Amino acid sequence: MISTLLTGRARRVLGDRLLQALGVLALMLALTTLVMLLYDVARDGLSRLSWQFLTSFPSRRPEEAGILAALVGSIFVIALTALIAIPLGVAAAIHLEEYEQKGRLTRLIEINIANLAGVPSIIYGLLGLGLFVRTMGMGRSVLAGAATLALLVLPVVILSTREALRAVPGSLREASYALGATKWQTVWHQVLPHAMPGILTGLILSLSRAVGETAPLITIGALTYVPFAPDSIWSPFTVLPIQIFNWVSRPQAEFARNAAAGIVVLLVLLLAMNAVAIYLRDRYQKRVA
Amino acid sequence: MKPETRLAPLADVVRKGGGDEGEAPPTKVEVRGLNFYYGAKRALEEITVSIPAHRVTAFIGPSGCGKSTFLRTLNRMNDIIPATRVEGQVLIDGENIYGAGQDVVELRRRVGMVFQKSNPFPKSIFENVAYGLRINGLVRNRGELRERVEESLRAAAIWDEVRDRLQDSALALSGGQQQRLCIARALAIRPEILLMDEPASALDPIATQRIEELIYHLKTDYTIVIVTHNMQQAARVSDYTAFFWLGRLVEYGPTDRIFTNPAEKLTEDYVTGRFG
Repeated sequence: MISTLLTGRARRVLGDRLLQALGVLALMLALTTLVMLLYDVARDGLSRLSWQFLTSFPSRRPEEAGILAALVGSIFVIALTALIAIPLGVAAAIHLEEYEQKGRLTRLIEINIANLAGVPSIIYGLLGLGLFVRTMGMGRSVLAGAATLALLVLPVVILSTREALRAVPGSLREASYALGATKWQTVWHQVLPHAMPGILTGLILSLSRAVGETAPLITIGALTYVPFAPDSIWSPFTVLPIQIFNWVSRPQAEFARNAAAGIVVLLVLLLAMNAVAIYLRDRYQKRVA
Repeated sequence: MKPETRLAPLADVVRKGGGDEGEAPPTKVEVRGLNFYYGAKRALEEITVSIPAHRVTAFIGPSGCGKSTFLRTLNRMNDIIPATRVEGQVLIDGENIYGAGQDVVELRRRVGMVFQKSNPFPKSIFENVAYGLRINGLVRNRGELRERVEESLRAAAIWDEVRDRLQDSALALSGGQQQRLCIARALAIRPEILLMDEPASALDPIATQRIEELIYHLKTDYTIVIVTHNMQQAARVSDYTAFFWLGRLVEYGPTDRIFTNPAEKLTEDYVTGRFG
């Protein structure tokens, strides 16, 4: 009797260990790949990184070419995307979660938003081309690009914001209502601040996705060779991923080094965005606690 | 544990000393034929009851008997739960709160509530009390705000413990302190009625005793309705007791009579601990 118990226990411990080992292995695999990738890019690109690289426009001669147009384009487009997608997405999520009666209609809307989050980005590019570039006459502008990317990230913004709102305890809402607060006062003073860390996490993820997008912007006609930085929302533009893709597709080895340097710049931009968002999130978390 | 300052009584409320004796007090809340439904399920059946002003009325009964649900119909807190429905009337000072054109926000300012689990906002102690005053626009300037916050904290018998740390997070307080802070928060907007949903059920005996003493003092200024699981508590703090069972009001009367000489067999079985 005792011996069978022991073997049962031993088997459970073994299973536990095995699963743990598998988990570590999976993690190591992912981490090693990432580190190797970063190492490879840094080895090729770091030596090419210079002030000249950051402040020059693209050129036929690889040693004179720079990333300025794409860098400014990316920053411009992503800032405008955030400006469009964040208020729209957060407002839509607040409406769905706090105001709309829960029923068949909201479920239908919810399912559709979840589906939209999974639609390939090139489809959004086609929509942007038809809607913003042609019908609304925005042309191949920064604004059209930002509007397209905003559509692309909107479902993710809405879903993650709803998740964050749903995680706010009902007792907090009740406490506010019981003091004679209106729905809006409750949402603005209690629910939103409490959900803010979660909302910000969702925003980081979606904007990070947008900054790396290439396909929809090529579809709407972002240029691959731009010898100037965009100076208004109506300017033609390019972005970092497109510039990198352009360089990678050239046969000369020097352009490949430019591409590696461009990837480093893109990564730094991404990390900087995430750092700002994490800083904001921590500040909110401290205030809530 | 005597509160140092009393909130000013509301002008439109007739004050009746603070005593438990004397002639029958005027009715503050009159409930007529109230039915309540969660979806298709009827949770309250034909409740009719008169709750007297400036007295403590206790709702007792086993879990799921509808006493908390009933309490929440008195400030329309159930409105925020989807798929619920109310039939019948709840008259406060003669006016049906479920009537057409009733402002539920204004109602909840007049009928405050303290919950079973203390739920302070994740903000400073000061901001917890100031919130209701701010959102309702009840103070004109910062000085007045500070006065009202102090007054409310005194009335809830917690001022001495928090006076030096008003800017600390409310979540750093003990459970009993948090609950008294929630009472202070409810008192700050000067409601006429205070609903308390098992306010001491999560507290230790000493914290419970402080809440009970507080309730005793508060009834001079407020009409108090308290839901409790604890029959000794009902006997200690209340003037009137209503016994609920399976969504019905079985018996209602002065607390002494309910506990010593109940008219219904069911009430007797419950208060003597034969079931529950």
